Amino acid sequence: MKEAELVIVGAGPAGLSAAIEAAKAGVKVMICDENQRAGGQLFKQIHKFFGSRAHQAGTRGIDIGQNLLNEVEKIGVDVKLDAVVWGIFSDRRVGIVHEGKNTLVKAKKILLATGAAENVLAFPGWTLAGVMGAGAIQTMVNVHRVLPGKNVLMIGSGNVGLIVSYQLMQAGAKVAAIVEAMPRIGGYAVHASKVRRAGVPILTSTTIKEAKGKEKVEKAVIIKLDDKFKQVAGSEKEFDVDVICLAVGLSPLAELAWMAGCKFTDVPELGGLLAIHNEDMETTVPGIYVAGDIAGIEEASTAIEEGRLAGIAIAESLGYINAAAAKEQKQQIYKRSDQLRDGPFGIGRRKAKEVLISRSLKQ
Amino acid sequence: MDMRIEEHPILGTLKKGKAVKIEVDGKPVDAFEGEPVAAALMAAGKTVFRYTRKRKEARGVFCAIGQCTDCMMTIDGVPNVRTCVTAVKEGMKVKTQIGTGEDGDTSK
Amino acid sequence: MTLIKDGFFDADELKILPGVPSEERLKKGPVVVIECAQQIPCNPCEEACLKGAIEIGESIVNLPKLNADMCSGCGLCVAACPGQAIFVVDMAYSQTEATVQLPYEFLPCPKEGEVVAGLNRAGEKVCDAKVLKVLAPKKFDRTAVIKIAVPKNLGMIVRNIQLKNSDKED
Repeated sequence: MKEAELVIVGAGPAGLSAAIEAAKAGVKVMICDENQRAGGQLFKQIHKFFGSRAHQAGTRGIDIGQNLLNEVEKIGVDVKLDAVVWGIFSDRRVGIVHEGKNTLVKAKKILLATGAAENVLAFPGWTLAGVMGAGAIQTMVNVHRVLPGKNVLMIGSGNVGLIVSYQLMQAGAKVAAIVEAMPRIGGYAVHASKVRRAGVPILTSTTIKEAKGKEKVEKAVIIKLDDKFKQVAGSEKEFDVDVICLAVGLSPLAELAWMAGCKFTDVPELGGLLAIHNEDMETTVPGIYVAGDIAGIEEASTAIEEGRLAGIAIAESLGYINAAAAKEQKQQIYKRSDQLRDGPFGIGRRKAKEVLISRSLKQ
Repeated sequence: MDMRIEEHPILGTLKKGKAVKIEVDGKPVDAFEGEPVAAALMAAGKTVFRYTRKRKEARGVFCAIGQCTDCMMTIDGVPNVRTCVTAVKEGMKVKTQIGTGEDGDTSK
Repeated sequence: MTLIKDGFFDADELKILPGVPSEERLKKGPVVVIECAQQIPCNPCEEACLKGAIEIGESIVNLPKLNADMCSGCGLCVAACPGQAIFVVDMAYSQTEATVQLPYEFLPCPKEGEVVAGLNRAGEKVCDAKVLKVLAPKKFDRTAVIKIAVPKNLGMIVRNIQLKNSDKED
């Protein structure tokens, strides 16, 4: 059986950052991704990121992605694309189908950086062609350069809904409106203001009632919600749209962590059931780590920091970095992560992370 | 109808792969080698990719990253191929799938 | 309330921001207006300003504070702001007109001399605006900065443009 020091599942921002830190320290890293190209969702992110210089603020996600790929190549990480990791067994054997061929690799350490999947919202007509996830639209528009439709209704005003609305307009589509069930806009006001001043109404306390169409979306009906989230009869409004975009949150892709026997806990602020991990990103199963959206739904910038943290912790546990040097590097990462998990939008996530980590101590 | 985004304020002019022809339900469709089949179909204005087995309901692309399987079609005789993560090749024969594509059901 | 309910500021919400200059300062000539109202982790504007006129400090969620007397209205911070929340306003441009510099990331990009529609924060057409300058150096990383002239009373109202030939509004 093939052996590896570190197998990383997922070559997105967290996985690539971990690979870079671990490989820099001397760890032999194999990183697997089921896609044809590494970078995860970064190549959909064509906007400038927030943060400070240390978080590459002001740089577009696509460029951050390219920088990570360049660095991985320079260091010489073994990147396996078209590589589906289908299982993890006891004693850390990893089942991989790479380019159609099945192999088992025995790993000293495993990092799961599998990311997240989009949530769905069920309503009459939600299965019609033209009802799509926000990430799907980003993929089609920003990666494959194809518009899924010309007139779009956006469901959800979190940062994803606001950013994807803006990106649809950049690509030449019209956004009829953004609807939000809550009485206030979910995402950053700066993102909301950008689309609003471009003429897109943001309708709070409103939801989608129905998608109409024979086989594909032809119309969308929205309806006001009262303060108990009940639909207000008679307040319906109809839009001629060919796409309804769902931006209603993400859930961690944690199947492999379940399979590996990791203990889970519910942390609603971070997207639901999460594998419990400690300050080193190690789960309750020794040698298995998590980083990025699988460890709590946040942003690419925090995923990069968590990946770095896991990479350093793994290099330390394999004896490539001494405890003092590792501690210093980790302290810097904790500081940068705390900077991102601050303010009214971030402090809840910081507290939720602290709860998640505290539960690892009870195990 | 072409839904391709030729010019983009951030991404610039579209860099296309090699132009190829694929066959979709017996009709020729222009595509670019290496792009996902789903993207080529969407560019040509096709939105319905398959019909469900029991109720024959139309389905199209939902997640575009190989997770949801809503965009499955029959490609070169093989049913249930995820078109969003399958690359276009010259001469590929793509068929709108009815049901599982395996039980000979061709009626809508 | 308007900001978090509708996505744009009402006049009162705007006045209290530490990044918005006083009326007296606005009358004196070009100055930036930082329409950043929420404590989000972000500080590129502080670094973009060569004059040190924008202060955020150690905690990057602090709201940007403008020292308006140090600001020359050069506009380097406009394209640097990932939230596109910074504008340069010159209320002393002429007897009848003010100028506004705003970030723009759509196609087609307007040309100098072109007359476009001036939109307010809610995206409504409020005037015609003449494009005076289009700046898009490499440093701005694909965010163009468009300088327009608008009627003087609309210098603090116009925050976007729409091209005349665009079919976006009927």
